[in-house]
Amino acid sequence: MALRAFAISTKTGIGAAALVVGLILAAVCAVLTRAEFGSGLGPADWSAIRFTVFQAAISAVLSSLLAIPIARALARRQFPGRGLLVTLLGAPFILPVIVAVLGLLTVFGRAGWLNMALSALNLPTLSIYGLHGVVLAHVFFNLPLATRLMLQAWQTIPAERFRLAAQLDLTPRAVFQSIEWPMLRQIVPGTAALIFVICLTSFAVALTLGGGPRATTIELAIYQAFRFDFDLSRAAILSLVQLALAGSAALLALWIIPSVSMGGGQDRPRQRWDARGGVQRIIDILAIGIGALFLLLPLGAIVTRGLAGILLTPASVWQAAGTSVGVAMVSIAVLLVLALPMAGWIATAKRGSVEAVGLFGVAASPLMIGTGWFILINPFADPVALALPVTALVNALMALPFALRILVPPLRDTVQVYGRLSQALSLTGWPFWRWVALPRLRPQIGFAMGLTGALSMGDLGVIALFADQDRTTLPLQMYRLMGSYQMEAAAGAALILLALSLGIFWIFDKAGRMNAEA
Amino acid sequence: MLKLEQAVITQDDFSLRADLSIEPHKKYAVIGPSGAGKSTLLGALCGFVPLAHGRLIWDGRDITDAAPGARPMTMLFQDNNLFPHLSVMQNVGLGLRSDMRLTADDRAEVESALSRVSLADMADRKPGSLSGGQQSRAALARVLVQARPFVLLDEPFAALGPALRNEMLDLVQQLVTETGAALIMVTHDPKDVARIADEVIFVANGIAHAPEPAKELMDNPPPELREYLG
Repeated sequence: MALRAFAISTKTGIGAAALVVGLILAAVCAVLTRAEFGSGLGPADWSAIRFTVFQAAISAVLSSLLAIPIARALARRQFPGRGLLVTLLGAPFILPVIVAVLGLLTVFGRAGWLNMALSALNLPTLSIYGLHGVVLAHVFFNLPLATRLMLQAWQTIPAERFRLAAQLDLTPRAVFQSIEWPMLRQIVPGTAALIFVICLTSFAVALTLGGGPRATTIELAIYQAFRFDFDLSRAAILSLVQLALAGSAALLALWIIPSVSMGGGQDRPRQRWDARGGVQRIIDILAIGIGALFLLLPLGAIVTRGLAGILLTPASVWQAAGTSVGVAMVSIAVLLVLALPMAGWIATAKRGSVEAVGLFGVAASPLMIGTGWFILINPFADPVALALPVTALVNALMALPFALRILVPPLRDTVQVYGRLSQALSLTGWPFWRWVALPRLRPQIGFAMGLTGALSMGDLGVIALFADQDRTTLPLQMYRLMGSYQMEAAAGAALILLALSLGIFWIFDKAGRMNAEA
Repeated sequence: MLKLEQAVITQDDFSLRADLSIEPHKKYAVIGPSGAGKSTLLGALCGFVPLAHGRLIWDGRDITDAAPGARPMTMLFQDNNLFPHLSVMQNVGLGLRSDMRLTADDRAEVESALSRVSLADMADRKPGSLSGGQQSRAALARVLVQARPFVLLDEPFAALGPALRNEMLDLVQQLVTETGAALIMVTHDPKDVARIADEVIFVANGIAHAPEPAKELMDNPPPELREYLG
């Protein structure tokens, strides 16, 4: 005899999941029709594949390793501004890539602050372009993510263990070996895998800091084949390579990726008895200080430079800003329509593996989906005319895995705690959503909406494939300004973009949490 | 009359057999060692735990496969009987209409139920701002408006102090007497049995025994029950 139905119908969820898979598969099929396998992969393609894997691996290892001392210091030290710093660690996640790149250029670029200091000291200057620039940017984005994940893991260690360690007067080395190392062994591989997958599909960083035969990612190669050569076959073959590479990496990573908790509580340090003075203290101060500088300097650079440039921004920037806000809103709406029913399905499913459907969005690169849909739309309509809707849709697909990770756990709890009561009261289907699930999940829904809005706002991906002069988003407009060396205007645009991204995130997140019941 | 016919409930390696009838207007206590399956029995009656074998018959109708909300019973769980994000009025209103479209008559009914449990001035409060006893009263108000022929209690007052618990049990007793519903309550305490129950369903060793008159059973318990009572 079958178990009785849950409070949530799974049909809409399965329908939404099928739609997501269908949208992506349609793109894959379209790409397949254009790929002429006879031509195979050229040497440039192989070097793009090698570079993609290499830079992702270095970025993942560097970010994870550097995060350890910072997370360790944050976990055991209490100082003014600690809460703010932990909050800021979340900022790169919603920071538009192109904005961060401008900030990094200001600090580490050819005429940047670092090089000015170096040349003042008569030392050789550094170049940010190429492999180390790409890795630098990836570490900038992912070091804070890794730090947050590890800080979270540190704080799951029961306080009793540290109390016991204090009682036994263990040396820092012994504390590390007996308590912290076993935890790190669990969390570090998953963190590195997650960052590796994220960096595999990196486009905007490679577009701005990479390029050339020695620093081109697959994603960038797709764009170049498409945009400069209009070689659809090559773009198609590269898309398939990207799908296979990122897809298999994502599937492998699925089993070890830690759950990304965005919840609060991290701003409160546990009481620790092993936070000693002396060398330990100096190590912690250095870790936090350098980490904070690395994060804050580029952010500060954007603000100071942007304030100077904001009056120089042409009207086209404001127009693009309006377009971007519109795209972000459509993205948020699409995301909700897809994510909520899917979360309902996953939360009531017995097996967690259906969550993999959400990861499909990560595995399929945005540019591959864009290329596929360009090929599909082209015979019937002008793809350029549909640039903005396609961008909004792809942005929603990109945000989907994150949204599911945010929505599924609390929805699962809600079903567990209130499922029986809801069934006893015949609260099923829409009434269950209306009166139980949506009110219970409001903070997480607001957070997911804010995240999607910010990601969409700052996305420089598909739009670069399709856009023309008339249809452009703010990140693309900013990239164009940078390309034509109007750096002051670009800095002004960067500040507007930053304010809009953070603003959209803040508004939705705040609205979700306002008056939310415990 | 509610009848469990040759019912077997299995969960993993646990199984419980039951072949018993519940009569309207009577008050039953379900007692037995912890882990014996008292909650499982109530869950099966309410439709949260499926029957592996057997049938559940209500007044000649087979309701073995009916959804929990479509059964002639209402249940109070050990906890989470109220939605914390809804007001007391809304929580009680859900007992009348699951889509929450309350008519003026419905609202009047909710209000009269609330005043019956002395919560008339708490209608707009959220459960979080009520005391434990008041939360129990709010849940009872919903039981009242649901007006189902069988009321099942799975130790909903376990977290309350002794005096408050007795007060709640007395209130429940009054309410079911007024509405004419049958009461089936899980308890650990022989004093509850003496206080309320007409009949006792003893659950032990994988069997839910058919109800027996409370006084006779407690005065002269069979060996298994004597062992449990200590």
